[in-house]
Formats: sequence, structure tokens, C-alpha cells
Amino acid sequence: MSVIATEGLAVRLGGVQVLHDVTLSIEAGEIVTVVGPNGSGKSTLLRALIGAVAPSRGSVLRGPGLRIGYVPQRLALDPTMPMTVRRLLDLPRRVGRAEAEAAMARAGAVGLGARQVADLSGGQRQRVLLARALLDRPQLLLLDEPTQGLDQRGQAGFYRGIEAIREETGCAVVMVSHELHVVMSATDRVICLNGHVCCEGTPEVVQAAPAWRELFGTGTGGALALYRHDHDHGHDHAG
Amino acid sequence: MTTGTTMLDDFLVRAALAGVGAAVAAGLLGCFVVWRRMAYFGDATSHAALLGVALALAFDMSVTAGILGVTGTLAIVLWAATARDVAQDALLGVLAHGALAAGLVAVALVPGAGGRLDAYLFGDVLTVTRSGLAVIWIGASTVAGVLAWRWQRMLVATVDADLALAAGGDPRREQLILTLMLAGVVTMAIQVTGALLITALLVIPAATARRLSRGPEVMAVWAVAIGAGSALGGLWIAVLADTPVGPTMICVAAGAFAVSRLAPTRAG
Repeated sequence: MSVIATEGLAVRLGGVQVLHDVTLSIEAGEIVTVVGPNGSGKSTLLRALIGAVAPSRGSVLRGPGLRIGYVPQRLALDPTMPMTVRRLLDLPRRVGRAEAEAAMARAGAVGLGARQVADLSGGQRQRVLLARALLDRPQLLLLDEPTQGLDQRGQAGFYRGIEAIREETGCAVVMVSHELHVVMSATDRVICLNGHVCCEGTPEVVQAAPAWRELFGTGTGGALALYRHDHDHGHDHAG
Repeated sequence: MTTGTTMLDDFLVRAALAGVGAAVAAGLLGCFVVWRRMAYFGDATSHAALLGVALALAFDMSVTAGILGVTGTLAIVLWAATARDVAQDALLGVLAHGALAAGLVAVALVPGAGGRLDAYLFGDVLTVTRSGLAVIWIGASTVAGVLAWRWQRMLVATVDADLALAAGGDPRREQLILTLMLAGVVTMAIQVTGALLITALLVIPAATARRLSRGPEVMAVWAVAIGAGSALGGLWIAVLADTPVGPTMICVAAGAFAVSRLAPTRAG
């Protein structure tokens, strides 16, 4: 059963057509990675899914009472607002100590509770935001470039965490990736976005698709190809 | 007087209570003004109060109603004109100073209003009446009550509007409520600091509190304490030195801010 879907979705931002004819459906428990070049509308797609930008055409169909856990690319938090990690976890719903610590453990943010959010490193902040999103008990987890600023080891650890969360909670995961050629190995489906859905399917299907090669192959002289992120070896050539 | 004399008959006691009441409301709301970078928003709203004064005098209405009407209307217009939180700086600058100029012209056109202009620009807390005091404390209680009721929702919307949306909140609604409360604080505080310095009463105590706080609740409490302390200290100095009360209160608050910046360590 699909937890969220779009039908013919189009979004205009400041007169510019960012997305058009996006029809997709996310199934329960599925891990979907959205890849695409800069300006391809990846973040806008996530923001349309949470209702932060209104479609100019088409629609977003959310299951009734759908609980979304959203991990933004950056937190808008102004530095004039003092905020400890622990206090952030209490937003929007106050949670007990045990619940907060369990979420931090799951997200790999143990021991950060007393720190100021503004003082965290990029990777720490992503983990804290993930912990906060988990406290919303999401049926759908939306992650906007969550591994930005992490090295490969950090990325692999983060991806393992996401995989474990999916196993434990059964939530669907939609992740936007700035990496064009490395996707998490547990990805069930890759959606290749460039204003519209160029191609989609399992990582193997997508890497063979002409649209993908056209999008990412040109300009790199064919140097880039789709890799799957493998836990044992860092990464492996999939082709 | 049939009710006998009470403490409130003393104009200094009334002035102190008015100053503290304004500082409570401004300190709490001022945190959101600082966090959301709404200082210009506050300027535009408070400068528009002069226009409300002129309209009230011209049509023989209550000045409080006139100010609340004009600032409330402007608040809604500003809210509608600003998509999300980031208002266009230039637009707000035009509105803030355009409203001030229009208010000055309007006051000059209303017969008899010009003589009271200083009181509306710079405040006149020493002449606050019992009903003026009631307006201030009803306003302060309302602001405190609404913030307590919606505190979590307003915090999330302020931390990150998208986070609030994803969790089923409505950050635009929280922004509208905050903006309307700003109009209310302008209305109640104009007699204490005057239209020109209301933004200072909002921003300075909150900015001073930032250095002393590790969390938003602590910052709000400190902002109220610093605001109230500045109001009382300013009143005391103004009486001793025969200076205008509102500006003296703001000077004390600015002094506290300077001291907080000089402090070697900061919380956090």
C-alpha cells in the first residue's frame, strides 16, 4: 500500500518551473533514493511532499493521518535562539528521557544531549535531526541529503542506521542524495530526477537506462557510473 | 473619592506597574522578534501607531482602539505580503518610515493633537491612568497566556517552518498570531516608551538574555527580568535626574546589553 504518492505534480517557484509531470508512489517499508543533478528539484520534491510548497498542477496524495519524519538539509534555527539537543528533541512533542535516549542511540547521536545545536558539526547535526524525526514515530522518513559532510565511513554508518530503522519500524524512507554515483545498498528503488522523473527502478535497472547515462554520463566522459554502497568493502563496482 | 486612597493613587507606583507590565509582554514577545528577525516588522507596526492616534483624535474615538485598529490592520497586511518568515527588508523599511511620516503629518492635521505629539513619540508613563494600567496588564496577561498555550507550536515554527509543517503544524498561523500580538504590545506599550522606542523594549532585553541562556525558556525568563529591571531602574534614574522616563528605561536596558557582551564567558 502506498504511503504517499504524487500525480502529475508540477511546482513553480518564483516563475521558474522546477518540477513537472512527477508521478510517483512510495510503498510502505520501501527505501527510495532520489538522485539528480543540482537544481533538478530534489529538495523541492521533498518540500512538496510535506506541503511546504503548493503544486501548480497535479496533487500530492497522503495517506490519512500519515506521520512524516522530516530531516531537512539545513536547520533554519537562528543563532539567536539558544537550543540544546535535548530540548530540540522535545519539539514538537515533549518526550520522556528513555524515549529521547533510545532515539539518540538509534540515530548515533549518543552523548550529544547537552550540546548546543548551533555548535554541532554537520554530521552530528544530521544525526540529531534524524533522532528528532524518529520521535515523530514516522511511517515515512524524508531525508534531504543526510550524508552531506560525511566521509565514506560516516556515510556507510549512517546508511546502516537507516536500514536498521527500516527493519525495526517498517517505515518507508525517501532519501535525496547529492551523490550521483553511490547509493545506499539497501535502496529498493532509485528515482532519477531532472525536473521530471527521467527513469526509475532498481539500481541495476537505472544504471542501464539510457536516460541515466545521458544525465550523468555526459560531461564526465563516462567516468561516472552507478555504484552500490557495499557494507563490507566500502563500495563495489556494480557493473 | 469614595473608594478611599490606595497605592494606585501614587503616580510613581502606577508608572512602575505600567513599566513592568510592558516589559513582561515585550520581553516574552521580544524573544520571538529576535529569533525570527522581526525587528523591522516591529518598527513598521509601532510607527503606524501614530496614524492610529491621529485617526482616533480626528474621529473622536478611544486612542487605544485607534492604535489597535491601525496596527492590527498593518500587521495583517504585512503578514499577507510576506511569504514565509523572511520579509523583504526594503519593503519593511518603506512601510516603517512611510507609516511614521504619514502619522506625523496626520497628527499635525488634527486640531489640538500636535500638543500631545511628544507623549506618543517618546511615551509619558508618569501620567498613566488606572484605565491605562488596566490596558497594559490585560495586554500582558493575554500575551503571556497565548504564548504559554501555543509555546511548543510556536517554537517549532520558529526553529524551522518545514519541520513544523512535516509534523502537521501550521507555521503561517503561528506567524499571524505573533504578528497580531506585536500590534497588541505596541498598543499597550506606547504610553511607556512611545512609538519610537517600542522596538527597543522588544529587542534589547531579549538580545541581552541570549548571552545568559542555554534554552529558549530560560531566555524568555531572563528577557522579562531584564526588561522589568530596566523599567524600574530607568524610572528611578529618570525621577532623580529629571530625564524622560521611556528613553531612560531603554538606556538602562542598552547598558545591560553592553555589560552582557563584555562578560567573558557565555552560556552554551
